[in-house]
Amino acid sequence: MKAAFRDAGLSALVALGIFGAMVGLRIDTGHNILIARPWAVAILVAATFVFRFALVLWKARIPKALTRPAKLTPARRNTARYVGIALLVVAATLPLFGGRYAIDTGIVVLTYVMLGWGLNIVVGLAGLLDLGYVAFYAVGAYSYALLAQTFGLGFWTCLPLAGLLAAFWGILLGFPVLRLRGDYLAIVTLAFGEIIRVVLLNWTTLTGGPNGISGIPRPTLFGLTFTAGGGEGSFADFFNIEPSVTQRLVYLYYVIFGLALLTNWVSTRLRRLPLGRAWEALREDEIACRALGINVTVTKLTAFAIGAAFGGFAGAFFATRQAFISPESFTFIESAIVLAIVVLGGLGSQLGVALAAIVMIGGGELFRDFNEYRMLIFGVALVVVMVTRPRGLVSGRTPSVSLGKTQIISGDMVSQGHG
Amino acid sequence: MMATPLLSVNALTMRFGGLTAVDALSFEAQEGQITAVIGPNGAGKTTVFNCITGFYRATSGEISLQHAGGAFQLATMQGHNITRQAKVARTFQNIRLFAGMTVLENLLVAQHNFVMPDVAHGLLAVFGLGGYRGLEKTALDRAVHWLKQVKLLERADEPAGSLPYGAQRRLEIARAMCTGPALLCLDEPAAGLNPRESDELSDLLISIRAGGCAILLIEHDMGVVMRISDHVVVLDHGKKISDGTAEHIRNDPHVIAAYLGEGDEGLDEVAA
Repeated sequence: MKAAFRDAGLSALVALGIFGAMVGLRIDTGHNILIARPWAVAILVAATFVFRFALVLWKARIPKALTRPAKLTPARRNTARYVGIALLVVAATLPLFGGRYAIDTGIVVLTYVMLGWGLNIVVGLAGLLDLGYVAFYAVGAYSYALLAQTFGLGFWTCLPLAGLLAAFWGILLGFPVLRLRGDYLAIVTLAFGEIIRVVLLNWTTLTGGPNGISGIPRPTLFGLTFTAGGGEGSFADFFNIEPSVTQRLVYLYYVIFGLALLTNWVSTRLRRLPLGRAWEALREDEIACRALGINVTVTKLTAFAIGAAFGGFAGAFFATRQAFISPESFTFIESAIVLAIVVLGGLGSQLGVALAAIVMIGGGELFRDFNEYRMLIFGVALVVVMVTRPRGLVSGRTPSVSLGKTQIISGDMVSQGHG
Repeated sequence: MMATPLLSVNALTMRFGGLTAVDALSFEAQEGQITAVIGPNGAGKTTVFNCITGFYRATSGEISLQHAGGAFQLATMQGHNITRQAKVARTFQNIRLFAGMTVLENLLVAQHNFVMPDVAHGLLAVFGLGGYRGLEKTALDRAVHWLKQVKLLERADEPAGSLPYGAQRRLEIARAMCTGPALLCLDEPAAGLNPRESDELSDLLISIRAGGCAILLIEHDMGVVMRISDHVVVLDHGKKISDGTAEHIRNDPHVIAAYLGEGDEGLDEVAA
């Protein structure tokens, strides 16, 4: 009790230090005067005190609540399945009952779900920490944009090409990092992401530099364009809001929905096949893999390539949705968000990644009215989730094959990989 | 008995900087036999293993392997090909199972090269092509066969990390056997086992030998070594000090001196 009091007091003091200047003083730009806001500070400090006090007491009362591994019962497994089916139904029918805003948000969320699933192959299954995933997203986007602009190719022709090119760059990144692990791997992949962005920014003759590429053609449905009001000048006025914009939006929604489902299907299927099993084995113990005759080099490169290919698909979609891309869209923060989705969702868990994407991207939309506090709420929410569920939202691992009844393996038994 | 040896190590030397861990070591292992490598701690036994299985690149010397599948120079082969092509499997002194994967999955990963001959097959399998189903079934049958051999069939769907220590040792041997080896290298398989488990291990190794797979064994448990070995090689400070049958080793004054000098607990058993 006394310790809790002291701890809370200390936290309150820290809060006073932080908020005293940041919240307590405000510059009124209109009159050029400094306004003191002691009450706001008092409330924040008091809240910190109470929160910390309660937290310490709660932790003392149930000492093992935070460290006890989650029990995995069949009931929980069924819950996971029902949640998955419910999400699928909602996602499939969203355009029927959602407005334009909902559909637009849905498209963004699904893009991140797809990116999350793609990165999950590299980080979640193969256990290779990749901080530069946005590079493949960028390669996909620029591949489509440039192919479409230079050769006049359509979206559906370019989509596989964008995936292939991204996979190629995935392999190219894979080679130098084969021997690296952990922090070193993370740093090199991060640098790779930045290199791609800087090249896009400076290779002005090819990419248009900071001006980006505009007028990227929209996807067509068997040759039908989604530009309303006559075919001519279909991308001259793409910023205008047209009557049929909703149709195009719905179409885009189903395109990304299909792409995301494809990603999910391929990665869940691969997990049950030798290649996916080798990735997971690699995450568990690389040396043992080698001793079993598995070519570690090839296995790592396939993980990078296939993960990158889905990043490339998502990038091509991003380009066609925006109709305009510039290096600004492919900064490190994008990699960080996608990685956060994978980690928050639970490494290797498809459902977890989808949930995390909804929470992180959709939730971000919900809090849009809070303006500057949005990132604060976001950060706090992340910390809370990671403290209470250190292995992510869905942490168990489902075995890829079984003789009898499938049992979910508790998350703390599964290795997270060494990079 | 004097047929071409399965494994022949010739003047193998391994240096780490100034330290010579293995010094011009030569020995042979015959097909269908259990060859034990013994010696005091730090004698270089595990280093020899790591050279044979490609985890270390030997400073000099030759390691050649010859069986029905062909002749191989292990010292110059890539690590994974030593298992894949030359058919040498190994276990580790400190168990290296895939702890978060089930017992069955561990055995299937071991058959990776069988179910997925190359990347193209691995990708075709996504669409159900490339004859994957048949291969997977064969692999499962083989896994079940070895699960029965090591008495782990009931625990096939449990994570490998949750098995008791002795069972993990057995599983690691089963996993190595699933790669279909001609030579099985075991690094202290009896370490940490109780006497009953050691006896079971001996029986398992004898049955593996009966199945036609030669075994190279590092072991400190002299009971196991003396009982099952056809041939014993004794190392001390990276050099071979004795080589012969268990009976011969037991009476060799060099061996007794090496163990006496090191004050090893194995002395009584060796001298007995």
